[in-house]
Amino acid sequence: MSSWFALLVFPGFLYALPMGWLMLWVERKTLARLQSRIGPPFYQPLFDFIKLMTKEPLPRPSQENRFYLFLPLLALGATLGALTLLPVLPHSFSLVGDLALFIALIEIAPICLVLLGFLSRSIFGQVGAVREAVLTIASNLPFIAALIALAYASGSLRLMDIALHAPPLARGLAVLAIFACLPIKLRLNPFSVANAEQEIYQGALTELDGWRLGLWELNHAVEWVALSGLTVSLALPWRSGLAVLDAAIFALLSLAVVFLLACLAGATARLKVGQASRFYWRWGFGFALLALAVSFFPFGG
Amino acid sequence: MDVKPSLFDRLVRYARGRSPWLFHLNCGGCNGCDIEFLACLTPRYDVEQLGIRLEGSPRHADILCISGPVTRNTQAALQTIYAQTPAPKVVVAIGSCPASGNVFADSPSVVGPLENFVPVDVYVPGCPPRPDAILEGIVHAIEILKAKVVRSAEGGTYV
Ligand code: SF4
Repeated sequence: MSSWFALLVFPGFLYALPMGWLMLWVERKTLARLQSRIGPPFYQPLFDFIKLMTKEPLPRPSQENRFYLFLPLLALGATLGALTLLPVLPHSFSLVGDLALFIALIEIAPICLVLLGFLSRSIFGQVGAVREAVLTIASNLPFIAALIALAYASGSLRLMDIALHAPPLARGLAVLAIFACLPIKLRLNPFSVANAEQEIYQGALTELDGWRLGLWELNHAVEWVALSGLTVSLALPWRSGLAVLDAAIFALLSLAVVFLLACLAGATARLKVGQASRFYWRWGFGFALLALAVSFFPFGG
Repeated sequence: MDVKPSLFDRLVRYARGRSPWLFHLNCGGCNGCDIEFLACLTPRYDVEQLGIRLEGSPRHADILCISGPVTRNTQAALQTIYAQTPAPKVVVAIGSCPASGNVFADSPSVVGPLENFVPVDVYVPGCPPRPDAILEGIVHAIEILKAKVVRSAEGGTYV
């Protein structure tokens, strides 16, 4: 299947856009139901986006303006690119070393967020940026270790081969470690330290307004699709071969991941930066180390 | 000239009405109004049904909810925050303080009423007003927000 199809249709733009909004809605709705509220209507993320894009942002110095346009767009493009590489359909577009490319692309958005925070020159933005940087490093340790374990266990750097051929024990541990990294990568409770609302306002996003914030929210929606999709596509050891069925299973399981994450977010309160990063260094990395050990020294084999 | 609004304009207005984000500012009130305002956001009233979200930054907000009589200390912050809110924006004055100074009237540290500094669109009287009343004020504010021009290029002005 061509790379253009993957980028623009599935699992790229045409799929990711409505799916990202649906995921944002599922997250907010689940949270609302857990707090015995009714919650936002189904179209909420779409309306938020339209409203943000049509607000009149305040004039800014042109240099700053350029960065505020460039960074969210770069993040959005990189996240979409990462999404393109997901091994969903059996004959989907893939490259030999696409695991490395995926990691590189998915990490661009957090870097952009850190830069945005520092550029804003607001104290809240800078505190948010520092927290984001600390936590990105903390969560990437288990995240990348788990992916290395998977790559080694299946003997390939191609995401499709990893998804189809990783041995079950290493796969289970690594997928658990990756799942544990999602709340921090999506900035959810109990690890919503970087965007801690009420505490440092919106962290790095405090000074974004109008379409700048709209573009960032769009990127966030696509991030949801990419990261939940990564977990699902690596956890599933088989593909039916029927594109429509595979896509439907992928979409449903991604939504289930979103639901689980929202339940976790609703049931917990925010940790401190130190606690959150300690959690990842200790427990997240523990899982990843186990996965590494299992894949380097396979039992009986 | 009476022009029929285009589909795009109607969509924008509808989206705006379904997604009003609030910013809350106390300009020296006694905190009574703030408690009632925050009660609106609790599960009992659940304003998220209307698409309302409380934002931490005025740059994200559509509706400014202001309580308190405006004191010397808060006046500069009020004006900065009003200027930081991107158009179209609506101001809701919560409680009797921003309207008249209420119990703080004639105090040497009070420079209000609010009208002296920013244009006010909706007044919610009461000391403090009930959350239902505040919600009604916000719903009026949403109507005003929807009626504002869609793009300033049309020749209309925000304010
Ligand atoms: S209106 Fe009444 S309750 Fe509200 S801030 Fe003023 S004095 Fe307090």
